[in-house]
Amino acid sequence: MPSYVITEKCDGCKGQERTACMYICPNDLMKLDKDRMKAWNQEPEQCWECYSCVKICPQQAMEVRGYQDFCPMGANVIPLRGTDAIMWTIKFRDGSLKRFKFPIRTTAEGSIDPYAGKPEPDFDKIKEPGFFTHQGAGKVMPKL
Amino acid sequence: MEKETCTFSYCAEPEVVEVETDILLVGGGMACCGAAFEAARWGTPKGIKIVMVDKAAADRSGSVAMGLSAINTYMGENDPADYVRYVRADLMGIIREDLVYDLGRHVDDSVHLFEEWGLPIWKTLDDGQKVDGAAGVKAGKMLKDGGKPVRSGRWQIMINGESYKIIVAEAAKKALEYNRLETGMEQNLFERVFIVKLIPDANDPNRVAGAVGFSVREHKAYVFKAKVMLVAAGGCVNVFRPRSQGEGMGRTWFAVWNADSTYAMPAELGAKMVLMENRFVPARFKDGYGPVGAWFLFFKAKATNALGEDYCATHHEALKEKYGKYAELLGTCMRNSAMMDDMKAGLGPIWMRTDLAFDEAKKVMDAKQIKHLEAEAWEDFLDMTISQAGLWAANNVRPEEKYSELMPSEPYLLGSHAGCAGLWCSGPDDIAPDEYKWGYNRMTTVDALFTAGDGCSASGHKFS
Repeated sequence: MPSYVITEKCDGCKGQERTACMYICPNDLMKLDKDRMKAWNQEPEQCWECYSCVKICPQQAMEVRGYQDFCPMGANVIPLRGTDAIMWTIKFRDGSLKRFKFPIRTTAEGSIDPYAGKPEPDFDKIKEPGFFTHQGAGKVMPKL
Repeated sequence: MEKETCTFSYCAEPEVVEVETDILLVGGGMACCGAAFEAARWGTPKGIKIVMVDKAAADRSGSVAMGLSAINTYMGENDPADYVRYVRADLMGIIREDLVYDLGRHVDDSVHLFEEWGLPIWKTLDDGQKVDGAAGVKAGKMLKDGGKPVRSGRWQIMINGESYKIIVAEAAKKALEYNRLETGMEQNLFERVFIVKLIPDANDPNRVAGAVGFSVREHKAYVFKAKVMLVAAGGCVNVFRPRSQGEGMGRTWFAVWNADSTYAMPAELGAKMVLMENRFVPARFKDGYGPVGAWFLFFKAKATNALGEDYCATHHEALKEKYGKYAELLGTCMRNSAMMDDMKAGLGPIWMRTDLAFDEAKKVMDAKQIKHLEAEAWEDFLDMTISQAGLWAANNVRPEEKYSELMPSEPYLLGSHAGCAGLWCSGPDDIAPDEYKWGYNRMTTVDALFTAGDGCSASGHKFS
């Protein structure tokens, strides 16, 4: 199934009300089995393989097995997401490995101060084109 | 009978939560996150309340969940008027030039903000060297300070976009929190709440007044009352049958959770829709639907039919006869049309010659540069269509050795990308012709109902 939980590694996010994978799945596919304290993907055929769950799992208990319609088995694409970079390990079906590392963010997580150093909105210009940042910088928007 | 026999907990009457606000943002994707940032700046000093509601979690919701490897709409040195010409050519004239121009003259500012907030954007240094986004910032070359992006095409810039949505969502959530604290609301970000219906004003059927939905986690229904609403909850997937029909139904090109509510809900109120017959069919790497943009524009790869012919070249005269100047400009639908004609004539499969692209590159690059090129090719997939990387790995494909098949996907309805379906919107006051403006910019034909992103029709080639 597209994304799935490795039950030996999953701890149900230590007994919290919901798991990280439940928090993040954009398609609401992840569910916590409260009796077993394990998460599971309740509708894998609606899984986009976005890897949001794989990346967020604190136990790295989630992997993706490519769709059975067209994907031979035996490969694995494993992300290891850090704070400023992500490392990908690509395991081919023939056993060979590739590793890549790419930057993902140049600022610290949680550090965004969205309006810091930005101009105040100019209410005299509210009906004119341009965002508050354009107007505050005195930028005149071009016209056709 | 139902009341007597139905004793299950989920049959019980849900708690109904009522939320009153001035501005309601329906959707938590790129469009609404941007709107939250802009609206909170203007509205908060005036005590205007802003509420955003997302059926998922804003951190990864919407089509940018996986990330993106490029931003395909960035003017830079280009004139927005040329952007209009490009969009008009690609969509064969069926666009609103006022809306497209308006987008073009605004968009760069947003991209500068994204970089400031932490999105790594590839740079071309003064000596011509191309570096990734982290190195670009270290070299002191942010876009807003005159740094040069790495262009894959005239309008497209390369990014390390794995965390694109997380970064933008963080800024939006902070903006919303600023608004919440100043206006004294208890909560103004509702996640895991699915809006399913818009409610008109009791005294004016052509004015939107509310939205109803339900929590996908708790037994609660929600009624949002608002003076003004922005409905931008993505486009439409699964209105046409996906190519993969088993487990692979999840592997659509466009995010599979695009539920069409952006179009359906306003349509129920009578909002005018246009170009809903415009179906976007991206031709992508078969099955995995990995992106081809970087392969064509950046890696200079060619696509051919099974005989090794360039189908755009072989069909050129026929296309010119049918479509005149648009054939010269060779937009998305022209290329798709040529490809599909070849497939119908039995000249498929269609191949993306990744191998030949590497052969050409090896003529001018050393081993280290080739290794870097290989990493960029894999990153192109890993930043935005990880399944394609998985498909290559599962088939033991090395792009420098083996070419891959291209396939047109199932159709989608969207107002972004190379599509233009959606809601008919009033244009910007200063440039829209009179017949195209009846109220505020991007307001639909229903009063107080606005849209953006996939919702805004006739304004294609807007990308995140």
